Amino acid sequence: MTLAEMQFQVPDLRLASAEIFMLLMACLILVGDLLVKDEKRTLTFVATQLTLIGAAVITFASSSGETAYTFSNMYVGDLMADLLKLLLYLTVIVILFYSRGYILERPQMARGEYYSLALFATLGMMVMISASHLVTVYIGLELLSLSLYAMVAMNRDSVPATEAAMKYFVLGALASGLLLYGMSMIYGATGTLEIPAIAERLYMGQFDKGILVFGLVFLVSGLAFKLGVVPFHMWIPDVYHGAPTAVTLFIATAPKLAAFAMVMRLLVNGLIVVSQDWQAMLIILSVLSMAIGNIAAIAQTNLKRMLAYSAISHMGFMLLGIVTGVVGGDARFALNAYSSAMFYVITYVLTSAGTFGMILLLARGGLESDELDDFKGLNRRSPWFAAVMMMMMFSMAGIPFFVGFFAKFSVLQAVVAAGHLWLAIVAVAFSLIGCFYYLRVVKIMYFDPPTNTSPIEAPLDMKILMSANGLAVALLGIFPQVLMSLCAFSLLRSL
Amino acid sequence: MSGTPLLSLAIWVPILAGLVVLATGSDRNAPLARALSLIGAVAGLLVTIPLYTGFDLHTPAMQFVELKPWIPRFNVNYHLGVDGISMLFVILNSFITVTVILAGWQVIDSKVAQYNAGFLIMSGLLNGIFSALDGVLFYVFFEASLIPLYLIIGIWGGPNRVYAAFKFFLFTLFGSLLFLIALLYLFISSGGSFSILDWHRMPIGMTAQTWLFLAFLVAFAVKVPMWPVHTWLPDAHVEAPTGGSIVLAAIALKLGAYGFLRFSLPIAPDASHELAGLVIALSLIAIIYIGFVALVQEDMKKLVAYSSIAHMGFVTLGFFIFSPLGVEGALVQMISHGFVSGAMFFSIGVMYDRAHSRLIADYGGVVNTMPKFAAFFMLFAMANAGLPATSGFVGEFMVILAAVEHNFWVAFAAASTMIVGAAYTLWMYKRVVFGSVANHHVAELSDINGREFLVFVLFAIGALGMGLYPQPFTEVMHSSVDELLRHVALSKIQ
Repeated sequence: MTLAEMQFQVPDLRLASAEIFMLLMACLILVGDLLVKDEKRTLTFVATQLTLIGAAVITFASSSGETAYTFSNMYVGDLMADLLKLLLYLTVIVILFYSRGYILERPQMARGEYYSLALFATLGMMVMISASHLVTVYIGLELLSLSLYAMVAMNRDSVPATEAAMKYFVLGALASGLLLYGMSMIYGATGTLEIPAIAERLYMGQFDKGILVFGLVFLVSGLAFKLGVVPFHMWIPDVYHGAPTAVTLFIATAPKLAAFAMVMRLLVNGLIVVSQDWQAMLIILSVLSMAIGNIAAIAQTNLKRMLAYSAISHMGFMLLGIVTGVVGGDARFALNAYSSAMFYVITYVLTSAGTFGMILLLARGGLESDELDDFKGLNRRSPWFAAVMMMMMFSMAGIPFFVGFFAKFSVLQAVVAAGHLWLAIVAVAFSLIGCFYYLRVVKIMYFDPPTNTSPIEAPLDMKILMSANGLAVALLGIFPQVLMSLCAFSLLRSL
Repeated sequence: MSGTPLLSLAIWVPILAGLVVLATGSDRNAPLARALSLIGAVAGLLVTIPLYTGFDLHTPAMQFVELKPWIPRFNVNYHLGVDGISMLFVILNSFITVTVILAGWQVIDSKVAQYNAGFLIMSGLLNGIFSALDGVLFYVFFEASLIPLYLIIGIWGGPNRVYAAFKFFLFTLFGSLLFLIALLYLFISSGGSFSILDWHRMPIGMTAQTWLFLAFLVAFAVKVPMWPVHTWLPDAHVEAPTGGSIVLAAIALKLGAYGFLRFSLPIAPDASHELAGLVIALSLIAIIYIGFVALVQEDMKKLVAYSSIAHMGFVTLGFFIFSPLGVEGALVQMISHGFVSGAMFFSIGVMYDRAHSRLIADYGGVVNTMPKFAAFFMLFAMANAGLPATSGFVGEFMVILAAVEHNFWVAFAAASTMIVGAAYTLWMYKRVVFGSVANHHVAELSDINGREFLVFVLFAIGALGMGLYPQPFTEVMHSSVDELLRHVALSKIQ
């Protein structure tokens, strides 16, 4: 290589301008917050929200719809990334609105750190979404995880929160180790870390199958841990339950979008050639998750814990969309299957945000309201918010006319199209079991008399947003076409 | 009227009315909520009248068709239409909604707006089921209609309402989930169509037909309900408020039977012939065994619930004889049962509102204190027993006639129920109404008021009118039923 060829190339920064903006603003807010007095903390909140809106504008404006690489092929910008990032900003904006009242009532959390950590976590997810290199994936994931560990432990006098943070950290570190080990094996087998190059070498047959599959097992384990599917789900109930509800809301929503992107980048973009191997693994994980998630959720009395198990089962269901992309080496159904999974994740995030938001709405005066009994007789206290919560529950259960039905519908049609009839039957059987505990929440709200008759007090912005969230679940259930075709279109342009 | 989307109006007028009623909020506005609900229900009924007056008797094709793309991603269409089989149910359902709103007028005094809105929304969803010609649209209405009834049973029901509501919801959902897989399978194997009419024409191999038939059977048998998956119905009926029981018996049970005609028979005709024996056997068990079960009931609502299962046995029996007389008889029986069972549950509700008991043993000599009521109750009890000149007779008679042509012993077994049916209904009537005044509760009963009188008259017009002059009901069915049977007779195996 001559000296002339080794010249330093300036990477195309425009492609990653949203990430750069986010990084600058997160640092600025972190430092700026030190100068803000407690009573003026609203300033930090406003700045954070403006940052997210700014990032959304940048992402939207710089979206070309073409797939382009920068930073020596470590970073990819494509339509799927743009769509997921826009949804990510929206989710985080909603989360911050929902959590604001909760945080203000807890002196240890009422600092600027919650906001700057949220921004760093968002940055981590953005990097994950746009990663086209194994190291980029890892960097994004770690940035997200470390921010989340800190957020869980934020209410530092709370014993359950501290315990949850410890568990999350130790198990999370283990999973990162697994993932990293798997990545190193894949590097050993193919000789490259760039995801498109991995795909190319696999396609050409230039790889060591034994080492590759060995690494794949570790990679899938690491991914399964981050997705929270059985048997790598142990942390989910404890972390969801122990973390302050505002943080649970964060963990239960936005990272699912990033995790979906990570699965797409690693398994579909990178390792599609060995899809038979990872699909077989994921089928087992998926069925186990639906089984254990739905059955264990029945026994819970704490709503956050119940939703944790429900999250496990939903991620299992979403994986069904991923495993049906390639049938016997035939990738005809890939777009259909992956866009169904994407639609599923997005609607899950929408519904999950509403559900945890409702727990935050009821939590007033520094108290939690995360027991199922706290929802007793909600219909008498507030018919409208009981109706919103009911829509969330029916949506999660997959009953029409709510969006959750079409999420299940599109994944199931992908499963049936792939010829896995038995898998579809297993999936609906566990959905039926799952229906029981969602119906129980409706029962508690509607059939039981209230124990607490005080009217619901919440800031107006939260009430409006909560109502909008409920209406979105209903309206997307009646008109799912737009979001469905958006998912399909973005994947069509990206795959 | 050709340009008016009548079926859309039949679906969305009640649903929108329900949402408006919901908006009236707390019980302070209960009178307003009641008035609005009645207006909504009557408006919902009025928009369905042109379906009958404008109906073309001479074509088996779908009429009043509306076709708009709904979810192009999966080729799902907002495709509505009715033929001679489904049209009458849309009208019946809208009619029943009016009676339900009237039936709950004074009795329901807590959360009035939610109660009435539940029934109005339910009415729209049920109309949607009967007029959907797209598999997904059908399924969406079919499942969504579970939600209002679940809430109605759970909020306004009796002491064991939670158990009954869960059992109702999970049983029916169990059936419909397999149905969903069958729909998806048809979607894939038809090359991407959810149109029920396309599926009717599509050739399907015998193995696939058998599996489809069984999936449909599970879904619809639970809904009908057929023995042995009927156990949710008595619980649901006993716990539901009067209005809930009326809708459940008059309309919700018809969904399963309607499903057989719209899905099982035309989509899997060969499997239907092959497995007709199974369905006939299950129907006969329902007719005879459940008839005897009804005989020993001590709770009036349970008794009528079991008698409903027996009557629906006639319906499924009529379908699987594959003769025009049988299918039309079954359809007549379905509509008649809508009037009669609705009226029976309303009668029991009238007594329950006054004496707060449904046990036969708590009554006796009701005729002494409620003579007008006793007269109406007599009429509907007779209709339930299948007395000639009431609607109950026409359907059963037609089915039995068809059964004689098919197989004498099947007909014999089915006809025996005329005796059992008369026995349990009239025996109950005798114990409740006749005799001397049994206790001071009965002595204090007051006769029906004007509102209750009106509801009884509405039901009586239906039951008697259909019994004396069934022609207007049967003539609209002819061409559709003939076409259906012609279609079912053709093999789909290639």
